[in-house]
Amino acid sequence: MASHSVIDELKRTQILELLEQGKRVDGRALDESRDVSIEINAIPKANGSARIRLGDTEVVCGVKIQPDRPFPDTGDKGLFICTAELLPLSHPTVETGPPQPPVIELARVTDRGIRESHMIDVTQLVIEKDKSVIGVFADNVVVDYDGNLFDACSYAATAALLSSKTPKWNWTDDAPVLAEGEETQLPINTIPVSVTMAKIGNHIIVDPNGDEWASMDARVTITTDSDGNICALQKGGNDGFTLDEIVKCGETSIKVGAKIREKLKAASQGVQ
Amino acid sequence: MGGRDATMVLLDENGIRCDGRKIDEPRRIMIKAGGLKNADGSAYIEFGDNKILVGVFGPRDVHPKHMSNTDTGILRVRYHMEPFSVGERKNPAPSRREIEISKVIKEALEPAVMLEKFPRTAVDVFIEILQADGGTRCAALTAASVALADAGIPMRDMVAAIAAGKVADTVILDVNNEEDQAGQADMPIGYMPSAEKITLLQLDGVLTPEEYKKCVEVGVEGCKLVYDLQKKALNDKYFGNKGD
Repeated sequence: MASHSVIDELKRTQILELLEQGKRVDGRALDESRDVSIEINAIPKANGSARIRLGDTEVVCGVKIQPDRPFPDTGDKGLFICTAELLPLSHPTVETGPPQPPVIELARVTDRGIRESHMIDVTQLVIEKDKSVIGVFADNVVVDYDGNLFDACSYAATAALLSSKTPKWNWTDDAPVLAEGEETQLPINTIPVSVTMAKIGNHIIVDPNGDEWASMDARVTITTDSDGNICALQKGGNDGFTLDEIVKCGETSIKVGAKIREKLKAASQGVQ
Repeated sequence: MGGRDATMVLLDENGIRCDGRKIDEPRRIMIKAGGLKNADGSAYIEFGDNKILVGVFGPRDVHPKHMSNTDTGILRVRYHMEPFSVGERKNPAPSRREIEISKVIKEALEPAVMLEKFPRTAVDVFIEILQADGGTRCAALTAASVALADAGIPMRDMVAAIAAGKVADTVILDVNNEEDQAGQADMPIGYMPSAEKITLLQLDGVLTPEEYKKCVEVGVEGCKLVYDLQKKALNDKYFGNKGD
């Protein structure tokens, strides 16, 4: 995402020295995530939306809900698709053009966390079996970059989905017809929350900021659901974790995720 | 890929899985080191019904030049599925899934390869999935490690990989295609047994904290089984009688 420069090398030395003393560059505890501010319904033309800031990383997510054709093998289920894009205004090194592998990974990991938690009950999103279903598209755009886009996109998408209202369509004359004024909440099963941890030297920190992100050796993103179960995980970066570290990261993701889940819940209920 | 069969029994009352395996039993694994003439190193793996060929080139000049790094060598990995490798013809252009898998395999191999010994060069790993049947990324990573070793590239350890998962509320080793489609969780794990480091880890599916711990442990044990077969493949080529 951000490029690696000589400055990053110098910062890494400083970050590592601080971590040896149990401190972080911005004064946070090792297992403390940055403040999340959530603005719900930032885009009124979308069916649901959220603009969130995780420290200085900012993501806008808009949800569009519209009739679509089901996949051939799942005619009894609606669609859920989540994307993520890095806009050129988010960082000087971001260029226009087709998405690079890190952004493709970002979009897929964000999608997987929400999909695998079964947050949205897609079985309730069928207009006419095998012919027409409701498609839910959550599109994230990163507008400001300061590390940890995985969690920022996950929170933005989750908050936007929690606040989404779906229109109703009736099946008339072999086509879906919009039923005016009949909006309902999206059917929600659970609230997934992803927590990304970075390994720098032998230290593991929650929610790395931009400098920490550029300095890390490896990372792991773990998504948990409302029941405290783990539903998705992605390891990245060019180093590894020990078995003990991975187990501990699982525990941390449940603990930290629970606090953020409350924030997401509170923010989305504020508008109802 | 495969369609869902709602009537399929993933785990019967005797603890036997849909393909006749026990819960902690991997599929048949055959690894062969070498085999390609032009590649600097190569490997072929059959992992159940997966058939995967890996060729390694390098360390060699980097092209395009701007990708080269004066401090270290770089590793480039391409995971590619043949159009005929799956049930319905796959578009030969690289999909987003293939791009992501290429990236996670690259990052799983990087801790193992001593790239810092070869500044300004590239090591290219080409993975070709000839036939896919669930668990291709693990089989591909396993074979790629053997191909890198076969190329004589200095390594700290080989990465062995296998998936753990959950079907019928039971933690299992080596998830096949049916179990991936209809099961509850799939957790591919890549592990360096001598260095004791997990370098590839993904998960989709819901696990309780206890099942999560169990899955990682089962997967790491499975990797150790795969590791023995990787070493055997190299042994057979370089020290065995049937070497070519």
